[in-house]
Amino acid sequence: MKRERTWINYYLQSTSGIVGAVLVLIMITLSLISAFSLAPHDPLEQNPMDALQGPSGTYWFGTDQFGRDIFSRSIDGMRRSLSVALLSVGLATLFGVTLGVVGGYLGRWIDNIVVRASDVIFAFPAILLALAIVNSLGNSWIDTSIAIAIVYTPIFIRVARGPVLSVKEMDYIKSARVLGYSSPRILGRHILPNVFAPVVVQVALSLSWAILTESGLSFLGLGTQPPDASLGLMVSEAQALAAFAWWSLAFPSIFITIVVIGLNLVGDGLRDALDPARRSTS
Amino acid sequence: MRSLISLQGLSIKTSSDGRSLTSDVNISLIEGEALGIVGESGSGKTLTALSILGLLPRGVEVASGEISFNGENLLSIDPERLREIRGKEISMVYQDPMTALNPVMTVGNQLLEVLDCHNHDVKDPESHVKQSLIEVGIPDPDRALKSYPHEFSGGMRQRVVIAMSLLLSPKLLIADEPTTALDVTIQRQILSLVSKQRSRRQMSMLWITHDLGVVANLVDRVAVMYAGRIVEVGTTKQIFNSPQHPYTQGLLASLPVASSHRKNRLASIPGVPPKPWLVGQSCSFADRCQFAQKSCRERLPLLDTRGTKSVACFYPIASSI
Amino acid sequence: MKKSSLLSRLLSVATTLFGISIFVFLVLRVIPGDTITSSLGIETGALNQEQIESLRKYYGIDQPIIGQYFSWISSFIQGDLGFSYSTGAPVLQLTKSALLVTMELALLGTTLGVFLGISVGMFSARKPGSLRDFLGQFFGLLALAIPGFVLSTTIVTVMANKFQYFPNGNEYMSPVEDLWMNLQQMLFPSLVLGIAVAAPVMRTTRSALLETVDKDFVRTAIGKGVTAKAVRLKHILRNSLIPIVTMTGIQFGYLLGGAVIVEKIFALPGMGRQILDAINKREYATVQSSIMVFAILFVTINLITDLIYRRIDPRIK
Repeated sequence: MKRERTWINYYLQSTSGIVGAVLVLIMITLSLISAFSLAPHDPLEQNPMDALQGPSGTYWFGTDQFGRDIFSRSIDGMRRSLSVALLSVGLATLFGVTLGVVGGYLGRWIDNIVVRASDVIFAFPAILLALAIVNSLGNSWIDTSIAIAIVYTPIFIRVARGPVLSVKEMDYIKSARVLGYSSPRILGRHILPNVFAPVVVQVALSLSWAILTESGLSFLGLGTQPPDASLGLMVSEAQALAAFAWWSLAFPSIFITIVVIGLNLVGDGLRDALDPARRSTS
Repeated sequence: MRSLISLQGLSIKTSSDGRSLTSDVNISLIEGEALGIVGESGSGKTLTALSILGLLPRGVEVASGEISFNGENLLSIDPERLREIRGKEISMVYQDPMTALNPVMTVGNQLLEVLDCHNHDVKDPESHVKQSLIEVGIPDPDRALKSYPHEFSGGMRQRVVIAMSLLLSPKLLIADEPTTALDVTIQRQILSLVSKQRSRRQMSMLWITHDLGVVANLVDRVAVMYAGRIVEVGTTKQIFNSPQHPYTQGLLASLPVASSHRKNRLASIPGVPPKPWLVGQSCSFADRCQFAQKSCRERLPLLDTRGTKSVACFYPIASSI
Repeated sequence: MKKSSLLSRLLSVATTLFGISIFVFLVLRVIPGDTITSSLGIETGALNQEQIESLRKYYGIDQPIIGQYFSWISSFIQGDLGFSYSTGAPVLQLTKSALLVTMELALLGTTLGVFLGISVGMFSARKPGSLRDFLGQFFGLLALAIPGFVLSTTIVTVMANKFQYFPNGNEYMSPVEDLWMNLQQMLFPSLVLGIAVAAPVMRTTRSALLETVDKDFVRTAIGKGVTAKAVRLKHILRNSLIPIVTMTGIQFGYLLGGAVIVEKIFALPGMGRQILDAINKREYATVQSSIMVFAILFVTINLITDLIYRRIDPRIK
């Protein structure tokens, strides 16, 4: 697939893209370490005698008020955040792009409904909506993912619909139809490739927002429940501890920040790599 | 008659990789004179014009040379001095009237702005501005002043730009293909408008175009550019009646002649111009020239000047007069 | 024709609001109806009989789902937003005072953020690709990536514990009661929100400026001798305003929601905290009405933003 190779090449020319990808890969690796139970300590294991110790050889990020290893909890929390982000954005992309492309291509009343429905969801600030939905559905990571997916679906509808609308009116599409090409073929060959680029960029950005939303929800007590580890929850617990145990606040915060920065840089890198104009304003 | 402006050895290149876009351009104008610069797209004529007022786009810069205006080198003067000169002593009109005006400012304000930003002794700015609109043929100037550019057609917008450039009676007007983007009928009107203004104000003019036919009745002298270099200079009469450079001759031959009875094919020069930075030590026109000989590909012909005529060719076409 | 496009805009806003009301209704009705009736029985605590009746009507108890929706909508439109069990106060009243707090916060935050964002954006765009550009963009990235709750917690930790300065520890004062205390209490939360707003505004400003700088009319302005400052302000910035205004409108709307976390941490009695408390106390009427109010506000703000940039851009008629 010669075309894919070209954009990867361009991506690799962008410093921010590479830095972002590295950061994200580090976080993914750490999450996998936790997923396979290879963390230095059990995230749930309490060692009351070692409570509130600073970073050391045994406890790389120090311990919390129950003597739990903050490093192990952090990577476990990262695993959770990434899982929620991936599932929610995956769902949002699936539904959003499908609806956007169908609406944009078929037009008329179908399109109208799709746009109106997404306007309704757009009318709510993300956290608030996620809050309300989680409140109704439940706290599990799947429920949280569904809530976030609902919140971010309209963005994918809009991102996918745009190129469909503009390409649909182009002369070469009209001639294709006149020549009798079937709709799926027109869609697949001509329209979808134009949708690919903005959607991919949006995926990276939405992943970063999803992580912020998920950790915000856990911070408020509406996501992962204690004693499970979640970055937002750890920051919430650190409110009472930070004055004398700075590590309880610092490390989970840095983790969130790094992964969000990484995903944003990846999004920027993708945008520059996939933009036919190849502008480098960053 | 003094020389008003003179470009000496002006070479323009890309900033990033130093590719040559124009080489060793020498042009001078005396007061009250109109010079036409003719060339295809890519010949470097627009860049040369833009470099005078320091308006080269991002990524392009002057490599070497000098631009003398009134005893000052425009390429090295104080930026504030250059700003003063712009719009007041030297003005410019551009190719695309549709994008040349600020869409969110009224036409009136954009005109008044020229007066505001310069020291001038115009007593009543608003009526001066209104008068300038009348002079360029814009009806209902009161309404025009309050209107926005998008309310005007291309031809009208170009008139506004021309009015803007003439407000402070500059000594030199640079016009970069101002009629290319307009209909033929509008072209005529704009051409005659500029011509009239020029003779009324005894203004010097630099007229850039790709269309030799346009300059025939407009300018006193013509300079022909090809692949970033000047290849021939002469009075309009000399250029039209006895072109010496094969390229100029080709250009003239390709002008459609409306009165021809015979069913002639439109003559054209086969091939395309080379990129200026790819031309080495040879004549840039050699590959397309029907008179080309061995030495044309071995050395670069320099401009050979005799009186009012200059030509850069080893084997210039002999005068047929 | 300005009138007809305005009318069609209002019509579309009305349709959206209708859709929103259905959506809010559905989202919160996913809770089994029993929970509502049962809590209605248990936690009618501070309510009198009249209020309980009103609440029944608000929820449309004993009616089929469609009936419940219309019952709710008619209650809402008539100004009956339900009652809060714990305080016995009508939600409408609670909302009014909470809304003022959140609006003040959102306004301060947005103003700060826009000011900061445009400044850094202009700073960055002056020399694209330079060190200052890199710093500006890095700042924007950090502002985006550091979660509001992290920044807030850090501020609280540092200010309250290290510097002993924490005005938000005192009882909340409205601007009319004690302006000075109110401003101090708004300081940190609006700073946090402002930084969050500054990031996208900076980005938008920077890219809008860079795109405008290359436009022909800027060249015309320079070519006719306009001063550098006037070119930057009257030609470049003015033409970049449209995307900046649009982004500001969007951000202001989001701030209303993003205020939730900040209000909680800094103990501001705004809408966000009202919703959170109501969720914890299972006061569904409050949650439902508050979210509906939020959505209405958001849509209104978008409409206002739309109207503003129709004024800025003379091309739109």
